[in-house]
Amino acid sequence: MGKLKVIGMWASPFAIRPRIALTLKSIDYEYFEENLRAKSDLLLKSNPVHKKVPVLLDGDRPICESLVILQYIDEQWTSGPSILPSDPYDRAIARFWAAYVEDKFFSALSGMLKAQSEEAKAEALGQTKEGLELLEKALKDCGKGGAFYGGEGIGYVDITFGSYLGWVRALEIMGEVKLLDEEKTPGLVGWAERFCSHEAVKNVMPEAEKLIEYAKKVFL
Amino acid sequence: MADEVTLLDFWASPFGMRVRLALSLKGISYSYQEQDLRNKTPLLLKSNPVHKKIPVLIHNGNPISESLIIVQYIDEAWPTPSPLLPTDPYDRARARFWADLVDKKVYDCGRRLWASKSEGDRDIAKAEFFECFKLLESELGERRFFGGEELGLVDVGFLPFWTWFRVYEEFGGFRVGDEFPKVMEWVERCLEVEKVREALVDPGKVYEFVVQMRRKVFGLD
Repeated sequence: MGKLKVIGMWASPFAIRPRIALTLKSIDYEYFEENLRAKSDLLLKSNPVHKKVPVLLDGDRPICESLVILQYIDEQWTSGPSILPSDPYDRAIARFWAAYVEDKFFSALSGMLKAQSEEAKAEALGQTKEGLELLEKALKDCGKGGAFYGGEGIGYVDITFGSYLGWVRALEIMGEVKLLDEEKTPGLVGWAERFCSHEAVKNVMPEAEKLIEYAKKVFL
Repeated sequence: MADEVTLLDFWASPFGMRVRLALSLKGISYSYQEQDLRNKTPLLLKSNPVHKKIPVLIHNGNPISESLIIVQYIDEAWPTPSPLLPTDPYDRARARFWADLVDKKVYDCGRRLWASKSEGDRDIAKAEFFECFKLLESELGERRFFGGEELGLVDVGFLPFWTWFRVYEEFGGFRVGDEFPKVMEWVERCLEVEKVREALVDPGKVYEFVVQMRRKVFGLD
């Protein structure tokens, strides 16, 4: 059985997720940085349906879609911290919030990045702030008093939502706005600091300044 | 302790039918509560405050939303009979990937087929719809069901859209059976299972409903 490989891209919030999960479980892997404007044969062969990163290659078996990959990692390597809780209801709640982040929160953030008019920017900003307030409340509900959505340790929702924090910071700087706010979202402010400084996260979370440079080239 | 299971749903919703399928396959008794989507009940709004959508499953007072999340919950809370996911992690990942693809593509492309006002939009939707069905046929391969010998997550996720095939066909100008014979053969195998038939609605009624909706809500004829 060959080594474990992750095909990713440094600026992609989706692609850092498997790397966080594997590090959390102390699993070694080989990392391949992909050039999304000139996709490698390996990527196209491993993810013919979507042609996207991340892809996890376990031997020659590809697993695609970051949330599917997270669950695979959790189920394949059962020693080490769990990513999803064990109770079926808690798992359903974790999946719910991860799906919310992927769908609603992601489109609000994208909206902020891609908005052209002042009107569109204001709308995207409003939606992002609304989403953050919901996620602030969810932190209390899911975390049950712990430091993370996963409780004492980082879990599925932490990884899904936290992977956007580099971009959240970049958008704060670019838009001269405060998204994570001591007044409205104090829980998230503390959580974000803890998540970004976590051993499994700090080496893969992209720096806001680099993301801003990247955004200027690609989006603006 | 007796389980109390309630489903808040709308009869024509393919997402709701996924949950009805899972409950039926596992022989779980539940109370079905039809929702009027233009006049949402306090219970629905309380149970799904974030999205205010159906389906919502309420199990012993605990609400779960999002159809595929509900189906996986049902599978984990009632692991037998009819397990919907295989035991091997790679096979489970494969099932989740394809269920996710159905989720991302089928409803959206289908909707653009019957709700589009322009022929151009409809043609684009049709091309994407065909691409998606081709991929699903290829994934099914020679297997009896996506789940192998028994229905699994992908079968449960995809099958309810059969009740909408006539809608897609009439407005898209094609026949699923002509373009995708393997899909129709799979549908027929699924419908041989009594518990499956019980959970699905009459495609004729869905078609009538959509014709009405296009007229009243979208002003299309």
